[in-house]
Amino acid sequence: MNFWHFMISNRQQVVELTVEHITLAGISTLIAAIVGIPLGILITRIPKLSKPILGSANVIQTIPSLALFGFLIPAPWIGDRASRLAILALALYGLLPLIRNTYAGIRNVDPALVEAGRAMGLTDRQLLFQIELPLASGVIVAGVRIAAVLSIGLATIAAAIGAGGLGEFIFRGLAMVNNQVILAGAVPAALLALAADFLLGVLERRLNLLRLKS
Amino acid sequence: MTLPPSAGPVIELEHVSFSLNGRPLLDDLTLSVDRGQTLVLLGRSGSGKTTTLKLINGLRLPTRGQVRVGGRRTTEWDPIRLRRGIGYVIQDGGLFPHFTVERNIALVPRIEGWDRERVQARVRELLALVGLDAELASRYPSELSGGQRQRVGVARALAAEPPILILDEAFGALDPITRSEMQKEFRALQQRMRKAVVFVTHDLREALLLADRIALMEEGRLIVNLSAEEFTRSNHPLVRAHMEAFSGPMDSR
Repeated sequence: MNFWHFMISNRQQVVELTVEHITLAGISTLIAAIVGIPLGILITRIPKLSKPILGSANVIQTIPSLALFGFLIPAPWIGDRASRLAILALALYGLLPLIRNTYAGIRNVDPALVEAGRAMGLTDRQLLFQIELPLASGVIVAGVRIAAVLSIGLATIAAAIGAGGLGEFIFRGLAMVNNQVILAGAVPAALLALAADFLLGVLERRLNLLRLKS
Repeated sequence: MTLPPSAGPVIELEHVSFSLNGRPLLDDLTLSVDRGQTLVLLGRSGSGKTTTLKLINGLRLPTRGQVRVGGRRTTEWDPIRLRRGIGYVIQDGGLFPHFTVERNIALVPRIEGWDRERVQARVRELLALVGLDAELASRYPSELSGGQRQRVGVARALAAEPPILILDEAFGALDPITRSEMQKEFRALQQRMRKAVVFVTHDLREALLLADRIALMEEGRLIVNLSAEEFTRSNHPLVRAHMEAFSGPMDSR
């Protein structure tokens, strides 16, 4: 049986696992953004925190993904369901690019513009939401893009703890020593990563145009 | 900001010194600006001109001495209220690249809570005042020429009708012809507006054209504070040095 045969005869499962995969990667990227962007903003305001926060996010990145899934199994509530656990682990990996890009994006806003805003009597909040975040948005979206692509790739490993997603095909294929089955998981996962990269890349370039308009 | 009706100076610096990280940037500076008066701070880079502006709008607070705006010390002002009463113009306009011309100009009126019609009317009025076509309102700063950006910068500073205007090398990025146009227009504008203006420049010609008084600064100190006419006749060696730096090459031709 070749790859296409397998895909067609198992299309329902391919679709199901793809949807599961998108859910895992999507929710985890969203959580990473909800936590990572405010943390990135925080360390521009309190520079003393930048080393410990960026350092911690860095350390998380160095933990091998299989080991991180394993570490989290004993966690209460989260460990009860494999998908929750996978989402948490993937979100942790997504933190570093989001914190780092938010921080760098805001820090790279032309200081003369920030000073002009302050001299015009903008409050800190107005400065952040009207000037700094819009001008940093391209760099922040680049962070979302990196986190999403990372998450789509790593989500294949989540199948090892039973969280589902396209990794199921990969692990099944490995067990069966069947390359077609491995490819049935790997090819859609790769296509998803490319699609996410492309779409977020388009958004990123649009937002960067704003900044380059100066 | 509304100023008290008294005839006293709008901006006063009294024996002001300012140090940053132990490095003295300003030393015993005393200056004042009245309503309708244009004070030019003249001096080379690093002489403390920009720092003086930042002391006026409270971006810096004096290490010693006091800065009073509208009769009140900058340390006593709510910094946000203080700054919204001081129009600020910087080189190349300092426009926000992600805002249209209209939003740039309307920024302070909007955050001050003006209603929409009043803001729109004000934007149109200001564009006309600085000699720009109303059609430019929907453009982005990148779609304007340097001179147009600078005009928008002036319009933005005037938007919420501040009694005080401070300009930091405002026309420094313009080509000589546009620059000279802007200087003349600004002088005409100021004669109508009667604001208290502090204008920072290192260009003597600009200083002589715009100033009621010229304060020459060097290494954080005030060297002389003279009317434009007195300045040209002064025998102070540093004033002569400035005069010669500008007129020298012209005379030798």
